[in-house]
Amino acid sequence: MAELHSQVAHQFENAEQQREASTLGIWAFLVTEIMFFGGLFAGFLVYIIGHAQAFAEGSKHLDLTLGTLNTVVLLGSSLTMALAVRSAQQGNRNGQALFLILTISLGLVFLGVKGVEYAHKFEQHLVPGAQFRMEGPHAQSAQLFFSFYFAMTGVHALHMVVGIGLLSWLLVNAWRGKYTEEYFTPVEVSGLYWHFVDVVWIFLFPTLYLVARHA
Amino acid sequence: MWPTSLQSVFRWFPEQASTVAGQVDALFLFLVAVTVVFSGLIFFLVFVFVVKFRRKAEDERPQAIHGSLPLELLWTIIPLGITMVIFVWGAHLYFAMTVPPAAAMEVYVVGKQWMWRLQHPGGQREINELHVPMNRPVKLTMTSEDVIHSFFVPAFRVKRDVVPGKYTSIWFQATKPGEYYLFCSQYCGTSHAVMGGRIVVMEPADYERWLAGGVAAESLAAAGERLFTRLGCSTCHRADGTGRGPSLVGKFGKTQRLTTGDSVPVDETYVRESILNPQAKLATGYAPIMPTFKGLVTEDGLLQLIAYIKSLKMEEKAQATP
Amino acid sequence: MNTGIAAEEAVRPNYLNVNYSIRSWLLTTDHKRIALLYLVSISVFFAIGGALAGMIRINLLTPYGTFVQAETYNKLFTMHGITMIFFFLIPSIPAVLGNFLVPMMIGARDLAFPRINLLSWYVYILGGTFTLVAAVSGGVDTGWTFYTPYSSTYANTNVIMTALGVFITGFSSILTGLNFVVTIHTMRAPGLTWSRLPLFIWAHYATSLIFLLGTPVIAITILLVALERGLGIGIFNPALGGDPLLFQHLFWFYSHPAVYIMILPSMGVMSELIACFSRKRIFGYEFVAFSSLAIAILGFLVWGHHMFVSSQSMYAGMVFSLLSFLVAIPSAIKVFNWTATMYKGSIALKTPMLYAIGFIGLFTIGGLTGIFLATLAVDVHVHDTYFVVAHFHYIMVGGAIMGYLGGIHFWWPKITGRLFSEAWGRIAAITLFLGFNLTFFPQFILGVMGMPRRYHVYPPEFQFLNVMSTAGSSILAIGYVLPIFYLTWSLLKGARAGVNPWGATGLEWQTPSPPPTDNFETPPHVPEEAYAYSLPEASRG
Repeated sequence: MAELHSQVAHQFENAEQQREASTLGIWAFLVTEIMFFGGLFAGFLVYIIGHAQAFAEGSKHLDLTLGTLNTVVLLGSSLTMALAVRSAQQGNRNGQALFLILTISLGLVFLGVKGVEYAHKFEQHLVPGAQFRMEGPHAQSAQLFFSFYFAMTGVHALHMVVGIGLLSWLLVNAWRGKYTEEYFTPVEVSGLYWHFVDVVWIFLFPTLYLVARHA
Repeated sequence: MWPTSLQSVFRWFPEQASTVAGQVDALFLFLVAVTVVFSGLIFFLVFVFVVKFRRKAEDERPQAIHGSLPLELLWTIIPLGITMVIFVWGAHLYFAMTVPPAAAMEVYVVGKQWMWRLQHPGGQREINELHVPMNRPVKLTMTSEDVIHSFFVPAFRVKRDVVPGKYTSIWFQATKPGEYYLFCSQYCGTSHAVMGGRIVVMEPADYERWLAGGVAAESLAAAGERLFTRLGCSTCHRADGTGRGPSLVGKFGKTQRLTTGDSVPVDETYVRESILNPQAKLATGYAPIMPTFKGLVTEDGLLQLIAYIKSLKMEEKAQATP
Repeated sequence: MNTGIAAEEAVRPNYLNVNYSIRSWLLTTDHKRIALLYLVSISVFFAIGGALAGMIRINLLTPYGTFVQAETYNKLFTMHGITMIFFFLIPSIPAVLGNFLVPMMIGARDLAFPRINLLSWYVYILGGTFTLVAAVSGGVDTGWTFYTPYSSTYANTNVIMTALGVFITGFSSILTGLNFVVTIHTMRAPGLTWSRLPLFIWAHYATSLIFLLGTPVIAITILLVALERGLGIGIFNPALGGDPLLFQHLFWFYSHPAVYIMILPSMGVMSELIACFSRKRIFGYEFVAFSSLAIAILGFLVWGHHMFVSSQSMYAGMVFSLLSFLVAIPSAIKVFNWTATMYKGSIALKTPMLYAIGFIGLFTIGGLTGIFLATLAVDVHVHDTYFVVAHFHYIMVGGAIMGYLGGIHFWWPKITGRLFSEAWGRIAAITLFLGFNLTFFPQFILGVMGMPRRYHVYPPEFQFLNVMSTAGSSILAIGYVLPIFYLTWSLLKGARAGVNPWGATGLEWQTPSPPPTDNFETPPHVPEEAYAYSLPEASRG
């Protein structure tokens, strides 16, 4: 099934250079994503210092069970993604397809759970704005917490959607046998992206669900 | 629209009408000198080189000169030295310009789209104008009702943004009687350019006359006391401390321990926050039962309450002296 | 130096004549064609931004603002800033000259990711379209700085649409930066070590670092403003306990490095021009190369100097002031090294060199007036006045745009295969220089006198200098319009350029003008240092 013609794009001298460029490229892109999310984390840090109690109150209203479930789901999806990359490395078409399907499914589960959480927040009147209602003395400042909650998890969810789209495209190509032992860079690169989105959640989850709760 | 009394002939610098103006101008002129010297040097050298080393033949090939470490060090260290001198000079003057003297006369300012409201401690209110006595330090405590504005008096060389949700302050000591432009210098919407006015600096005697001559107004602190009663603050914040809230006598200017264990200074910002968001920094030993007065009191009202609470400090001192 | 042009030059296949269809242009992955797509688009935005500037200056002819209403004026200066900064200056040199030259200067066939390069142009067009739609359907009046809570709560104009336009365009910058960094790291020709790279490449590398690290921060900041305005998810709203100053910190964290995005590439061009027209290696090559990196890094540490009077802590102000002085030093080092390059050189005052000399003059003044602004006590007086406006226009227009135009003229023969009229080139450069100074020097004085910026009316004693400034702007406009004519003329009637009309070093000058699609007929290798002007002709082809 391995393609015989060269998969090296015309601007590159050889496959080695292409792989080096692709790898450096995805890492450079991930650095920009760190700066993107970094702005949100920086803002959160600035506010939690002055509004510790309000943030703690807000955090207690988050569903720790669903959050933990989502963390497990996403970690699992990183495992299946890594297995997909390994299958590509071994030229195993069926393995690639299976693990990509699993990763996509777990990603969809994550988004589904997130949707349920958001729906709950709507019902509980915890969306910042005119409808916001929270008991206790810290309601006003807690709106700041929820602004961060929705902005941060919303932007993260958007990245998940992009990731799922990417993996779907990858799945189609993998099924067509495009990736072999000689050339599986797109799978590697997409894997890195997926792991990064997972890592962002690994920071988001404690920040929003755990740290603030005990502030 | 600009007061004709302000319009003046062309001048390179605004008048020097405050204690710091001359110092700022001196530093400015030093910077001009540095600029002239260095740019003059570069322009001169470029001009000389262009003339002297003009290409004479098409196949001319100059000697390659890679560089010179001593020269690089020279033209790194000298600018570094000069800039450090400028930094220290500027920072030192800035410190003096930012920290007001202890006994400054206090004026309260509220900026809003698109006007300035200023209140003297004696209760005199001004719109877009501020009368001040000469040779006395004046400290303005300012806030905005809406967007960020900025209080700029070119003749005094002072400027500070006026931010909603917090108090910012600026101080000056006027040295020359006259009228000077007040500009809003942070873009704030449609009428940003006309949100200006004037500062009127008066001889001390004239200022006293002006203070007395206006409509008999109650002092800021008295207005604050009225508001304190009307809003029901006095119900819980009894002076003898028997109420459900702490007594406020003598509290302003001290530190307050909070339920979290931290301590905060009892300044304008803390008082304002406690009125609008009482549980944000709760005094230790008290229950979180104070309601918020957000929407029930204006920025002007807040300043009056603050003036009143400040005056309680002085009352205690008056009581303490035998 | 090849001066003989044979008739077959005209029909030799090159990147321009290989396919004339529109489809081949709109779906090209050739970095040279993408550079030209950018050239056309940024010129359109420059014309729009320039027209807006013209209207601003006309309104300021009289103290009473009789040309336009206040609301309109506020939209004019806002859109002038947004157009010029995001849609002209930031892309200009990197997207046009960088895209064209980076692969050529390092001996590559194209950038690392040609399709991503094309994507960056489409993203730019999409963002530009959003912003133009916002402009014509009501405009935006927040100032290009979008300060909250005015922009997030109080403004009644198309803030969200403009914010989205800027947000989208940011990705164009990020993709360009990514492409350059990867290309420079992985695709250099054999023998081309880092210490042999042209300084243009060093400058673009440093700029790309800022693209990658800074742009995402403004992306998230502007997204948060849009969210606050659209969905009420507010973190800048004081009524909810938010801090409007947080916006300023996040905004300037990008927007200060952004100004280095706008000047570093121009400095890269400077090195190329001065070396060529002095026919000498750049004096202190290593220092000039590392100063680009130093500017990029230090540039991230000084954002608070935009906030000295904002109610930022006095001590934070002192730290930012100190660092701002430090960031000025590498720029000074460059100016000294360029000047020293001219010493004992063989100087030809061709059009590109006139732009380079103009740059040195104007950038020196602009940079030194930056020192005034870094000085805390002085900044209190001149912050938010015309002094600041003059300072940044000296750097952006006197510096960045002179560098851009100098570069366009220098590489024009390579890009188009044609020579332009030297006489007209010189006339335009001199007109621009004179017009520029007349426009912006009076503004320094206005600022010190106390005239605040973003004012559509002003006290009458400021009128004389405003009239001078407006008069200057009409001369400046002529200086910008002239090249459109003689450069276009050169495309139709200009003499055909040979491989190396200026006698410059550099790999791009060792291939035909215009180059073939794959840049080099035989893959080059680099046996010597950059700017080897003193070596005999034979080694420079």
